[in-house]
Amino acid sequence: MLEQILFVLLAVITLSSGIVVVTHRNLFHAALALMVSFAGVAGFYITLDAGFLAAAQLLVYIGAISILVIFAIMMTRRLMQATEKPFNSQRGLGIVGALLTLVIMAFVITQYWPVAPSTEVPMASKTIVEDAIVQGSVAELGRSFVSVDAFVIPFEVASILLLAALVGAILVAWPKAEDQS
Amino acid sequence: MNLNDLLYQIFGNQPWVDLVANVISIFAISTFCLLVVIFLIWLERKVIARIQDRIGPNRVGGRYGLLQTVADVLKLLTKEQITPSGADYLIYNIAPILTVMAALLVWAVMPFAPGLIGVDLNVGMFFILAVSSVSVVTVLLAGWGSNNKYALLGGFRAVAQLVSYEVPMILAVLIPIILARTMSTVGIIEAQTVPFIFMAPIAAVIFLISALAETGRTPFDLLEADSEIVAGFHIEYSGMKFGMFFLAEFIGTLFMSGLFAVVFLGGWNVPIINLILSFFSVAPINFTEMGVLGTVLGLLVFFFKMFLIYMVFIWIRGTWPRVRVDQILNFNWKLLVPIILIMILVVSVLDKVIPPGTNELVRASLHFASNILIAFIALEVLRRSGRRRRMLEEESEAELGEPEPAAHDLAEAVHAH
Repeated sequence: MLEQILFVLLAVITLSSGIVVVTHRNLFHAALALMVSFAGVAGFYITLDAGFLAAAQLLVYIGAISILVIFAIMMTRRLMQATEKPFNSQRGLGIVGALLTLVIMAFVITQYWPVAPSTEVPMASKTIVEDAIVQGSVAELGRSFVSVDAFVIPFEVASILLLAALVGAILVAWPKAEDQS
Repeated sequence: MNLNDLLYQIFGNQPWVDLVANVISIFAISTFCLLVVIFLIWLERKVIARIQDRIGPNRVGGRYGLLQTVADVLKLLTKEQITPSGADYLIYNIAPILTVMAALLVWAVMPFAPGLIGVDLNVGMFFILAVSSVSVVTVLLAGWGSNNKYALLGGFRAVAQLVSYEVPMILAVLIPIILARTMSTVGIIEAQTVPFIFMAPIAAVIFLISALAETGRTPFDLLEADSEIVAGFHIEYSGMKFGMFFLAEFIGTLFMSGLFAVVFLGGWNVPIINLILSFFSVAPINFTEMGVLGTVLGLLVFFFKMFLIYMVFIWIRGTWPRVRVDQILNFNWKLLVPIILIMILVVSVLDKVIPPGTNELVRASLHFASNILIAFIALEVLRRSGRRRRMLEEESEAELGEPEPAAHDLAEAVHAH
């Protein structure tokens, strides 16, 4: 019962701040609403007993990404008068994207339906990562990232991607030869 | 025995007992944090006064001025609450509240004594890092919401500094986590047969430095450098709104000293005394098994260590000048981060190579030796590069016939911005 109330509360917070993000005219306020929305998602993870995931959500999305977004807004817009029209002319594309997302989500939900802990469902073959998240065992999660049976390839691909991004960022920021004189 | 068990014994197995126990413990921890700040401010003023050969507060509340801070708090509470014109009302007013919230939230996983901890999360250290990263946002909110250019400059400086120093801090905490093989704060305390300050001295020093920077204290108090940007991000705040930033700073500093005591000094345990005892083959002191007495003694030991580190913080504040922005960032990215990255590599390989079941003292001395070696190499590299730069400067001076102007430093400062 308590969990249902919590879920509804969190859903209201997450979704309403999400709507504010896309409709608010003040960009800075929109970024703040985005932060609230992220915090709401972290709240969902906590109600699902996934403490590690919730902390990661806080650290990555609020501690890093939101700050980057806010910093970009502060650097590029006229301060204080940062009001923009929140809509542009790509309405048709937006509708297509939203419909596609709806179809995918409906497909996933129908595959898992009805959601019950013990029932076997076709797509829900439990992975080590899911087990680790549910049990809250960080050691198990770490082991599955580097074990050949589980996720070593996606993990390494992600590392290479991050490394490439890092090198690219340094190259972009590197002072050009003619600037130095 | 913890609070939940006690309540269960008294009231039976009621569903609301957990909720009541949680509310009580939240209330207790928050009240402790808010009240201890009154003492901390007095302590800081008194100690810094002594360092500077002054007397410090000595009128209100007897000879030692013990009630000075109480009077100050009352003054802050009665002051007018101002919202400057042009300020963003919501953001301006929510920033101080969020700051105190973030500062209080991390205390949930602070282990005071056996059985005296808000909640022993198995991702405790990660939780601390995640929540303290939120405090950057609040500084930014305060700086932007005030509609003041000095506040905004302070906010920019704050983000540059806080985000940068988060990196070495997270990496420095990672080394004790590797050594203890757990992220739970209680687990880290129990893993310390030898205090981690001896097994990972470099990580301890880097953690101390980045904790100073994260809490924005001297020599890293650029966020509120009085002589440059007046008061930084909280320039427009008055009365208790300012008081809340002040409060959060002190709570944060105390928390960092407590965290240092937990992670590097063994928290409520007395590892060094236990090591000496084990030489005479006496059973080690274990506060966890001593009931209420153990809780009280453990609390005393923990407070002793926490305030010891806090005194070091005050000592640093009283003696060191402020550093420049470019110096801060260069020091972080060109020295602290590379060293700690190398240390993580060395520690994880070394800890894997040492066979499990080795005597803890042998393991500790191997780690200590590797730390000394890395520190020596780092200092040697720094010495050589510094020497090479000095030689180059001398050469160019000899060629030009006049000393090089400070243009180089200026360009570097501009680049760092």
